[in-house]
Amino acid sequence: MQQIAYFIEKYKYFLLFVLLEIIAFGFIIQSHSYHKSQFINSANAITGGFLNKTVSFFEYTTLKEENLRLSEENAFLRTKLGLQTAALDTVHLDTNLVKNQYISAKIIANNYTHRNNILTINKGTNDGVHIDMGVINSTGIIGIVNQVSHNYATVLSILNNNTKINARLQKNNYFGTLTWDGKDYKTVQLLDIQRQANIAIGDTIVSGGKSILFPENLPIGIIKSFEASNKNYSNIEISLFTDMSNLGYVHVIDNLDKEEILELHEND
Amino acid sequence: MTRETLIIGFRFVLLLLIQTLILNRIHLFGFLNPNAYLLFIFLYPVETKRANFLIVSFLFGLCIDLFSNTGGINAAATVATAYLTLPLIKIIWNSQDLDFQLFKLNNEPLPKTLVYISLLTLVHHFLLFSIEYWSLREFGTVLYKTFSTSVVTIFLCILGLYLTKKGASTHY
Repeated sequence: MQQIAYFIEKYKYFLLFVLLEIIAFGFIIQSHSYHKSQFINSANAITGGFLNKTVSFFEYTTLKEENLRLSEENAFLRTKLGLQTAALDTVHLDTNLVKNQYISAKIIANNYTHRNNILTINKGTNDGVHIDMGVINSTGIIGIVNQVSHNYATVLSILNNNTKINARLQKNNYFGTLTWDGKDYKTVQLLDIQRQANIAIGDTIVSGGKSILFPENLPIGIIKSFEASNKNYSNIEISLFTDMSNLGYVHVIDNLDKEEILELHEND
Repeated sequence: MTRETLIIGFRFVLLLLIQTLILNRIHLFGFLNPNAYLLFIFLYPVETKRANFLIVSFLFGLCIDLFSNTGGINAAATVATAYLTLPLIKIIWNSQDLDFQLFKLNNEPLPKTLVYISLLTLVHHFLLFSIEYWSLREFGTVLYKTFSTSVVTIFLCILGLYLTKKGASTHY
């Protein structure tokens, strides 16, 4: 007994050190499991408030690009609208037909230099943002909502090891999974594409319809390079349309049919 | 509540805000965020209770994690660095003729301070990126990030150390 007391007395700092490291690793492991990073995340009033305050200082540096992006999106949507009204004389507006609702939000903390990047946005449950909603901007997919508080939410960026997004080739229906290897924030990797898919450099990759978080056909990027063997493709590198280093305003997608779809899946 | 505790508390908040609100947004060359919050560890008085030091540095690292959504990697690396400070001081400065009560890093000669800060920063960054990537396949990336980020961090820390120095310039 005395020896144990002596041992603790002698190594008390080391034991404390080990204890603190165990707690830290507990937090790390928890943060890696999706939806369980309850304690250490920035979706709370204090950190969110601070980040929100400071982002307004830095906002002006990206204002020019943000305006350009908005203007381009407007032009694109206007063209689309022009095509429709030429064909139809009545526009049917029925809220029952609306599948997705979009909530506008602002990125208040952007990360793209870590291995597992998590962003913070300035909308939370008070604005209808909930866990597992897709986040996009006009140029492509940004990520998935991971944690929410009343006024803030954290978003699992596509530049994260835990984000797996269903994506497909625009020209045919072969689909794969989008992941990130942690190297370059401009490129992501596409896995599990069938050898029959017949891909080429420059092919456009869009979101697949398999996911209930994202509507189909959202632009993601183009194929930059790939290696082909007899059996499968490997190292398909996708250069993203979205500049993840320069994010301003984003849209959170609320899929109104989500519960219905999930219910169906549960019954299987 | 002594003067010393107040200073430490003030430094805690100030460095936390500088790191999370300014330095974490730098993204130098597209990937590099200096971790000058290590200055908190370097400036922490050596003679105070070591247990307190470990716990405070754990909390400090955890606060950094809270802001940057990194789980607990900064906490883990910072505690390890804090644990290594005393042994390293004893090695670099000869422990026989060292008065811990009077020891202040910004009054020590530059070469030894530089070695001390560089070693601790390298250890901290290596741990930080190893835990973050957690894969042997990414070892090259970890080393690359460790060295490149360390250079900027060390520079900023030395700069911070001399800016907070109470010495010849403030005597008159």
